[in-house]
Amino acid sequence: MSTNPPAAPSAVPSTFTGNKALQIEEPLLFEQDSPGRTGVDIPDPPPFQHRLGGLARVTPLGLPGLSEPQVIRHFTRLSQKNYAIDAGIFPLGSCTMKHNPRLNEKVARLPGFADIHPLQPVSTVQGALELMDTLAHWLKTLTGLPAIALAPAAGAHGEFCGMATIRAAHAAAGQNRMRVLVPESAHGTNPATAAALGYHVEAIPANERGRVDVAALKAKLGPDVAAIMVTNPNTCGLFEDEIVAIAEATHAAGAYFYCDGANFNAIVGKVRPADLGIDVMHMNLHKTFSTPHGGGGPGSGPVALAAALAPFAPLPWVVHGDKGFNLIETATGEASRSIGRMKAFHGQMGMFVRALTYMLSHGRDGLKQVAEDAVLNANYLLARLKGELSPAFPGICMHEALFDDRFLDGTGVSTLDFAKAMIDEGFHPTTIYFPLVVHGAMLMEPTETESKASLDQFADALLSLARRAKSNGEPFHSAPTMSPRRRLDETRAARTPVLRWRPSAPKQAAE
Amino acid sequence: MRYLPLTPTDRQAMLATIGARAIDDLFRDVPEGARLSAPLDLPDHQGELEVEREMAALAAKNVAAGAAASFIGSGAYRHHVPAAVDHIIQRGEFLTSYTPYQPEISQGTLQYLFEFQTQVAMLTGMEVANASMYDGATACAEAVLMARRITRRAKVVISGNLHSHWRDAVATATRYTDSKLDVGAPAANGGEVLESHIDSDTACVVVQNPDAFGRLRDVSGLAERCHAAGALLVVAVTEVVSLGAIKSPGEMGADIVVCEGQSIGNGLNFGGPYLGLFATRERFVRQMPGRLCGETVDADGRRGFVLTLSTREQHIRREKATSNICTNSGLCALAFTVHMALLGSEGLKRLARLNHYKATMLADRLSKVPGVKVLNDTFFNEFTVALPKPAAAVVETLAAKKIFAGVPATRLWPEARGLDNMLVVAVTETSHKEEMVTYCEALTEAVR
Repeated sequence: MSTNPPAAPSAVPSTFTGNKALQIEEPLLFEQDSPGRTGVDIPDPPPFQHRLGGLARVTPLGLPGLSEPQVIRHFTRLSQKNYAIDAGIFPLGSCTMKHNPRLNEKVARLPGFADIHPLQPVSTVQGALELMDTLAHWLKTLTGLPAIALAPAAGAHGEFCGMATIRAAHAAAGQNRMRVLVPESAHGTNPATAAALGYHVEAIPANERGRVDVAALKAKLGPDVAAIMVTNPNTCGLFEDEIVAIAEATHAAGAYFYCDGANFNAIVGKVRPADLGIDVMHMNLHKTFSTPHGGGGPGSGPVALAAALAPFAPLPWVVHGDKGFNLIETATGEASRSIGRMKAFHGQMGMFVRALTYMLSHGRDGLKQVAEDAVLNANYLLARLKGELSPAFPGICMHEALFDDRFLDGTGVSTLDFAKAMIDEGFHPTTIYFPLVVHGAMLMEPTETESKASLDQFADALLSLARRAKSNGEPFHSAPTMSPRRRLDETRAARTPVLRWRPSAPKQAAE
Repeated sequence: MRYLPLTPTDRQAMLATIGARAIDDLFRDVPEGARLSAPLDLPDHQGELEVEREMAALAAKNVAAGAAASFIGSGAYRHHVPAAVDHIIQRGEFLTSYTPYQPEISQGTLQYLFEFQTQVAMLTGMEVANASMYDGATACAEAVLMARRITRRAKVVISGNLHSHWRDAVATATRYTDSKLDVGAPAANGGEVLESHIDSDTACVVVQNPDAFGRLRDVSGLAERCHAAGALLVVAVTEVVSLGAIKSPGEMGADIVVCEGQSIGNGLNFGGPYLGLFATRERFVRQMPGRLCGETVDADGRRGFVLTLSTREQHIRREKATSNICTNSGLCALAFTVHMALLGSEGLKRLARLNHYKATMLADRLSKVPGVKVLNDTFFNEFTVALPKPAAAVVETLAAKKIFAGVPATRLWPEARGLDNMLVVAVTETSHKEEMVTYCEALTEAVR
């Protein structure tokens, strides 16, 4: 949120260096440059005739020169300014910040996975293709849908994939359907994806129970609707309990049911999306199957497809051939109706390795337990907090608990202030101001990898904060005060963008 | 289950606090008929030892490029990644953090993104860069969409010597828009003329340098023609190490530069995850896709960084966003940033020079193999050879000897004519002289 109230001066004493014990101020790489220095030893070849034509580089690159110890220290210091799951609960609703098993990292680094080229002869990558096939088998079994597209690089890319197959299927059937219905509570990627495919996006209102208003949906369905895009469990952390009716009405209108599977972790192993009437769903391997978020990526967004949509799956396809597995890389033969290639190569292989390792570790019993513990943990937080905070909707939740800002009425404390105060208590804040259908929303997703003790500590701290907010909201306006940085001026960043370092004028002249 | 902290006692106590009798009370909104009643047909959980064994067995069914003499490039390159890179990206504070939406406790990620954006801008000779895209091909597709937004024109001229997978990614991303793609045929021998395709409806021209056959291309004149016609020039780079040796696209007048950044800091990984680099001119910044990190100050006036200009993005603008991208390639960008920090100008220049030198070595040797002709007059670390027989079969023959001879042009352009005997060959600093000798001997025998 871009409006930051002016903060009170910091109470923390200043130091000569600006450092605060383990929090060490670190200049930019570019400010540590010693020209000519390098952190690698690369031999100089003997003189030779170059073949660069007239294109040999003559202008300086300007990249700073540092040695290896300087580089390690730089990035180690930077790392210490980050919050991470490894350090504590990361209750960001709709983001699924769960523990990342280290076995998955180890396995992904085996040369047989990490050091294979996507264009090697297929006879030399049979294990990789088998892995993709096995991963697809698990995803088919867990979703109940008959086909998996592995190409998409992340959730939003998966949405594009799924919605493109819908557009292709309608076109193949000679149907011109240009409207897509998306609930108001949806992730922003849903309308953005539908728009990227040329669809006209219309919002479906939520009912007073935080779910799709089925009557309103039915009123909007018609022969020009291509699909509905519904997240289930939805972004309010609630299961769409009228989902069967939603699916029936959608299918009766000749439209497809796209499910945003961002929250699949709440139901994996408990219910198969196909049994709910869903035709196509992307999964975020970096959410449900715990590939690391890595500060914003990489992700992986496989898409499960109904039989009617499977012929349109993106390239390449992994198929069983006479001599083992094969890759279909062009839209010919059985793949002639494919929507085409979505990225340079076959998909996020490094993420496939981690996700399959995760699945093999958990097994069908463990995955079911994952869903149950995720839902149990969220409901436990809801139960612990509902006395002081205001749940957005009555009753139980799925894997995330949603609160609004009614409990802050009259305190002068905003959701943003409350979230920033969590930082000083040593927690990453919850998701705030999302979903948009709830005023001052706080969406918290603890995930199944938090212990009861961790949840209790978090709940106790939030209860204490809520009581403090109600008695004296003043200190909340300047929170956080103890983090590596206090509130940042986002308005200034957007108004006069500084998006890169530039050499200062005198230095430039000296070059 | 080693990843699940709750004990049966915890679960009972928590259910009691909630006021539920059993876990399925919490799933009561799931239609009863849809709930799974029998276990799925999948195996049960396993210990770390068993899983590692099973996965290692799968890995062993592949021939790692490092276990062969590999000369495959065509969009992914096997470079040496310094040990420090993997150490840094495995630090939990980077590995297990989220998109830096809470800047007060994400300055580590934000500062490296700012450094990454600066490195990319410097390397490409452009003014600004974003915080990464999925890969080079998707970045290329986004560049085309951005050029269309800026020019409000429909026609997109695509060089026939753009990597065919990038061309296809552009086609898929624009399939359901009103874009008009004017795609050239691959010209292994060079000589492609794009200027005559530019007209008053042209949004952009997309050209790769070095091109997919390895040839270097001075696009300065093309840039001038684009600008005279009100169109933009998009330059695609599949081998980013080349920028250490050759003139940057920015110097040649590019308006948008998209690169595959895998070569720096990232392994082959069978095609992903990689990272797309996306750079442009400052005046186009509000039409850019993806996340941007910017400098600002905190409440105490200290320098800090935040994600900025997010009114372009889907989580704010929804259906009016410049792109639907959300998750990008954060950790791959960190690997790039660390590797580039280690290299510096001096290291990158040396790395590029060594790549180029080794490529000239192999090109000279291959040109002495009877019947084999090197097609390129110019190249960086990749070039195309014409064999006296179909390249696909030769590649198979050599693969059996653990020599990855290159990529048959027919694998990239199966529909094109006249490419049957063409082989695209790449060399990096990891290629040994002995491997080149073995390769040439095996090739001599295979084409005899």
